[in-house]
Amino acid sequence: MKALIASVLIAQASVAQAETPTLTVYTYDSFVADWGPGPAVKKAFEPICHCHLNFVATGDGAALLSRIKLEGARSKADVVLGLDTSLTADAAATGLFAPHGPLPALDLPGQWDDPTFVPFDWGYFAFVYDKTKVKTPPQSFPELAKSNLKVVIEDPRSSTPGLGLLYWVKDAYGDKAGEIWQSLAHNILTVTPSWDEAYGMFTKGEADMVLSYTTSPAYHLIEEHDDTKAAALFDEGNYMEVEVAAKLKSSVHQALADEFLNFMTTPAFQEIIPETNWMYPAIKLPGGLPKGFDEYRPKKSLLLSAEQAKALRAPALAEWQAALSR
Amino acid sequence: MLIAALTLGTLTAVALHARGSATLGAADLGALRFTLLQAGASALLSVALAIPVARALARRSFIGRRLLIALMGAPFILPVVVAILGLVAVFGRSGWINVALITFGLPRVSIYGFQGVLLGNVFFNLPLAARLILQGWQTIPAEHFRLAASLEFAPADTFRIIEWPMLRAIVPGALLAIFLICLTSFAIALTLGGGPAATTVELAIYQAFRFDFDLTRAALLAAIQFALCAAATLASLKLSLPIATSGGLDRPVERRDAGAIALRIQDATALTLGALFLFLPLASVGLSGIGALPGLPMAVWLAALRSLGVAVVATGLTGLIALALGLSRSRGGSRLIELAGMTPLAASPLVLGTGLFLIINPLADPAALALPLTALTNAAMAMPFALRALLPALDQIEATQGRLADSLGLPLWARLRLVVLPRLRRPLGFALGLSAALSMGDLGVIAIFAGPHSATLPLQIYRLMGAYRMEDASGAALLLLIISLALFWFFDRGVGGDAKA
Repeated sequence: MKALIASVLIAQASVAQAETPTLTVYTYDSFVADWGPGPAVKKAFEPICHCHLNFVATGDGAALLSRIKLEGARSKADVVLGLDTSLTADAAATGLFAPHGPLPALDLPGQWDDPTFVPFDWGYFAFVYDKTKVKTPPQSFPELAKSNLKVVIEDPRSSTPGLGLLYWVKDAYGDKAGEIWQSLAHNILTVTPSWDEAYGMFTKGEADMVLSYTTSPAYHLIEEHDDTKAAALFDEGNYMEVEVAAKLKSSVHQALADEFLNFMTTPAFQEIIPETNWMYPAIKLPGGLPKGFDEYRPKKSLLLSAEQAKALRAPALAEWQAALSR
Repeated sequence: MLIAALTLGTLTAVALHARGSATLGAADLGALRFTLLQAGASALLSVALAIPVARALARRSFIGRRLLIALMGAPFILPVVVAILGLVAVFGRSGWINVALITFGLPRVSIYGFQGVLLGNVFFNLPLAARLILQGWQTIPAEHFRLAASLEFAPADTFRIIEWPMLRAIVPGALLAIFLICLTSFAIALTLGGGPAATTVELAIYQAFRFDFDLTRAALLAAIQFALCAAATLASLKLSLPIATSGGLDRPVERRDAGAIALRIQDATALTLGALFLFLPLASVGLSGIGALPGLPMAVWLAALRSLGVAVVATGLTGLIALALGLSRSRGGSRLIELAGMTPLAASPLVLGTGLFLIINPLADPAALALPLTALTNAAMAMPFALRALLPALDQIEATQGRLADSLGLPLWARLRLVVLPRLRRPLGFALGLSAALSMGDLGVIAIFAGPHSATLPLQIYRLMGAYRMEDASGAALLLLIISLALFWFFDRGVGGDAKA
């Protein structure tokens, strides 16, 4: 009887293995939304890999990393998609991620030589405004500080763009970052927990400018046929965000995970990105970029290395808090 | 027990996962002070303003009264971000009020700062307080007012002898509930507070958890929140005098004292101001959503169905558990039961979700259980309100009918059916309606667990906003508002019957 049960179990196990494998990808919430990239990516990848692609949403990028840290090596994830360059040093330090294979020619400002994380899209942070209301947008942080414009920013403790702005000021001004924050204090209408509140307040006309991306005006142009929104390019340069994915060492589907990361940097995946995630694709698209995407190219691209970002995070936050808590 | 286990257990799970020790810095103490200050001031203000509104509702009957009471549930169930946008549209820098002020050549008022935090919290909690206190007014037997009328009590006497004892019994609980709600919020405080000076303990937990991944600190801060909750609950139990109950014949209340002109003006003012304060922001939400409502994507309608299912399950759970807890407490059980019932309010949503995840993850796939877990936590979150609504009525039933029922030796079921439920219809309907609406609007743990096909309506609203779709998000928020109000209406009216006071 025991032998019979054992053989049945073994038979079932091998049947299960012969069935279509499932690749589990942890990602942030807006990726899996019906209007996000998730559904289209699933549709494009599943016929190629002969697998099920299962997206698990975990909140935002920072929540994604917390989740992986909580689960450790027992994680059910094969691939994590949606960390960004402010998190990769922390993520690499967990030792949970495996190096990626060779990458195709990427289309990023600057070199990409991270051995673990594969970029899938990127963008520039920028203050977005309404052209009909703000006639002469500021072209630097000091110019913004001299103006009476009211901006809404996000809190770096709970939001990715908020943290990006923290690094932007720190990267551009180093030891003088604290002074810049003090000079900006009167412009800051309020600080919101996440991008949603900030952008919502901006679109309601509550603030003159909002911290968002240079690609935000393209959304309004393409989806709403509204060309009144614009992004301010700063003389200091605009800070970048690069969004990445990586394979977990603990994954039982190593080959499939590699196949997915590979697929991620092909046109089939990348063409989905601009008009669902509203970011720049990581490779040059054969068909070029949608309209509006070439409108705002900063004079300079700022990006701290992953290690610098990690080291500067606490002191930059302290400066920010001290300057704005008064 | 289940509720305490849910809230304390999840905290323990997070704490057990933590490594090393943590200490509180100056920033944490600052956050603690700010949290207590804003929660305390918001609770006092909400309740102080709610008393005249509740009294006016209790002694007036007018067309639209029930609609007004139903609509008062609306602020509380709105996703915070939607409510904030509604408030900003009215009170903000370019909001209706400031536009009006500028038109008349007056200086602008700023919503951002401590006043904004209070405004936001009062907007959310005044209606809740008014409804809880209204429940209290409705437990006063009609005979009291008839007697007062025949003794020619002045309004001051009626207040001192009949209404004040009721308020002493009800108000501490309402204060406590609102204090605890404000204790664990952070989006309102931060957004309307205008900057990092308005940092609450919950935001510090967020920072510890997400920004620093310091579970020890997160657990320590969450434990402090619980300690504050326990202290506040004990204080409110000490403060609240048990209602000096006496029997009545369950007759409808007739307020003969209500005819005086001064009182009419007073009530009309309270109702008008209260209604304007609450409904202008709601009107803004409605106006910005109405255009997008018909064209909402299918995903939003599906999410609405899911939310409806979750709300119905959560409401059933709340009703059963609250009835069981309330009965055992009113029949001589320890007041600690009340404490257990209040703990969900002090639970940090982030710690609750993470703890649940840590407990369930080794056993099952949390994403597969996302909706049942949401219903369960929603039921726990609604418990404090359900208890607040049921306990005064249960106490009264026990005081007036308990001895008779005991002497007849009624078995539990007969006692419930013949004695308790008929007299409990009104508060039970209210409690169920409130918990259904609450569950409908709660983002809760779904944000941590949701797969692609289990988004609830509040989560879908956040997803729409996160993808620039502000119009659709407004439409979905209006849909949420409509369904929640319909649910409240259904339970309050269907179960509670016609509550003419």
